[in-house]
Amino acid sequence: MLENNAHLRADWYEGKEQSPTRDGFGRALLTLGEQDPRVVVLCADLAESTRVLPFAEKYPDRFVEVGVAEQNLATLGSGFAAYGKIPFIASYAAFSPGRNYEQIRTTIALNQMPVKVCGMHAGVSVGPDGATHQALEDIALMRALPHMTVISPCDAEEAYKATLAAVAHDGPVYLRFGREKTALMTTPKTPFVFGKATTAWLGDAPQVAIFATGPLLYNALAAAKELEKTIAVSVTNMHTIKPLDRDAVVAAARAAGAVVTVEEHQIAGGFGSAVAEVLAQLHPVPIEFVGVRDQFGQSGEPSELIEHYGMGISHIVAAVKKVVGRK
Amino acid sequence: MASLTDDEIRALEDKAQHIRETVVEMLLAAGSGHIASPLGMADMFAAFYFHILNHRPAEPAWAERDRFFLSNGHTTPVRYAAMALVGYFPREECLTLRKFGSRLQGHPERLRLPGLESTSGPLGEGLGQAAGYAYAARLDGKSFRIFCMMGDGEQDEGSVWEAALFAGAHRLHNLTAIIDRNNIQIDGPTEQVLPLENLRAKYEAFNWHVIEVDGNNIRAFIDAVDEARAIVEKPTLILAHTIPGKGVKEIEYDYHYHGYPKSKEEARQFLHELRTLGGKITSEHQ
Repeated sequence: MLENNAHLRADWYEGKEQSPTRDGFGRALLTLGEQDPRVVVLCADLAESTRVLPFAEKYPDRFVEVGVAEQNLATLGSGFAAYGKIPFIASYAAFSPGRNYEQIRTTIALNQMPVKVCGMHAGVSVGPDGATHQALEDIALMRALPHMTVISPCDAEEAYKATLAAVAHDGPVYLRFGREKTALMTTPKTPFVFGKATTAWLGDAPQVAIFATGPLLYNALAAAKELEKTIAVSVTNMHTIKPLDRDAVVAAARAAGAVVTVEEHQIAGGFGSAVAEVLAQLHPVPIEFVGVRDQFGQSGEPSELIEHYGMGISHIVAAVKKVVGRK
Repeated sequence: MASLTDDEIRALEDKAQHIRETVVEMLLAAGSGHIASPLGMADMFAAFYFHILNHRPAEPAWAERDRFFLSNGHTTPVRYAAMALVGYFPREECLTLRKFGSRLQGHPERLRLPGLESTSGPLGEGLGQAAGYAYAARLDGKSFRIFCMMGDGEQDEGSVWEAALFAGAHRLHNLTAIIDRNNIQIDGPTEQVLPLENLRAKYEAFNWHVIEVDGNNIRAFIDAVDEARAIVEKPTLILAHTIPGKGVKEIEYDYHYHGYPKSKEEARQFLHELRTLGGKITSEHQ
């Protein structure tokens, strides 16, 4: 059943209210614009689709249109931060951190600059744009960098909170957002603490701990609901991938004795890998990974792509059953 | 800025010579590193650290300092040498270059050594950082200047041109970039590896004010930087023509010496030559 302390929407399962996570980001920028004069926004010719346009219109002096130049987006951001600003640099994740990885590595991570790298349109759920625009390696790229932190919010409400939290963290942050409308699950009352996981679902004597990041938390919860009568599970919302909440991971894994990870990203090097690294050292248990299996995406509708690449509700249910069999 | 007297210029030339000697000593102690560009840039670094920059070596984080971004980070020995000689840290520390635990990393890291504005080495990244800094500083009405030193081989990087386009478009007049135009890069002369010319026309087309100058002539270089201060409509590029390996006759102009001397013995010989040359200059000045 839904964990009370998570204060999730009672009607989450109906998925009536939907909004892209990028919208929560755009809304947070307006709040930040008012709250913190240090905040500036840089964008590489994608102001509308990255949802920075309202900020640009309201705070034109603090908005910088960089043009289609993602390498410069990163180095300019580093320069703004060196001066004392708090820059949000926004593009599609396929290009930033996809194209400008080395600029982010040297001038932001190694240089420890509080630049907030905002990767939009992450995952196959970009849909018709196809493989070139479907970032599936960005978590791996960013979480491997020392000094970098990684946040992957599950819905627009959480994206709002994550964006505010990124400013409070005095260092480089990678924020991952999706293009597609996805279910609103959290509420303004849902706690959000950077680096702290929240239990979203807790069955009686759970046999499997599901860890999910990003909008696929919905599929994880739906799988838990579907399994309610047969296999009790816990579902943990892991919005912060780095630093990973090791205590929460170990506690849930210890309680259940088996784990399923869920992410819209390559399994290699991604969120599931981060969970596995922790458990391999601290509490080894069987793990099944739900994510993209060493493939590129393709054009299609977001929902059919999620299904095709094995991240649907039925795939999570199957992973739970499989991992129970391995206990 | 008032024109410098001949004696003042000579004093700066002596500093440049001292920087060259220090660079070769550093590389000798390190056993690796780049030699040609640092020797060629010594005059500009003497000019910057002992005359041009408004800075406080004892207070590296002084808020009103001019900002100096070194984009071609592999030339960092020349910067370290200039910083040591002007008082940022003891000269003896220069000999820790590239050693374990040293603040003087093989490529400079801002977080390790006070007085650096950026971490650099991977080419083509300094101009964007300097442009971002200049934009932010202008936003807040700051009057200090932002300098960015680049190499010429570095101009092969597309990211340089992204930043050049941006700085020109936004008329960042508080930004002065310098290209150490020594015509060599690792694989050969720049005009053979990937011809860069006409560099002046290229930057002018990107809305930069361009000044060409002899980068080994300290007075001419200082004049160029002064001219840049007077340009308020656009950023300035100083195309500083230098002699790679300047001061060591055997290696001047030779791209094979982009990196380390062929042996320690050879490095010692270069040092000897620099010192002898130093003596000659001193006697001429006397």
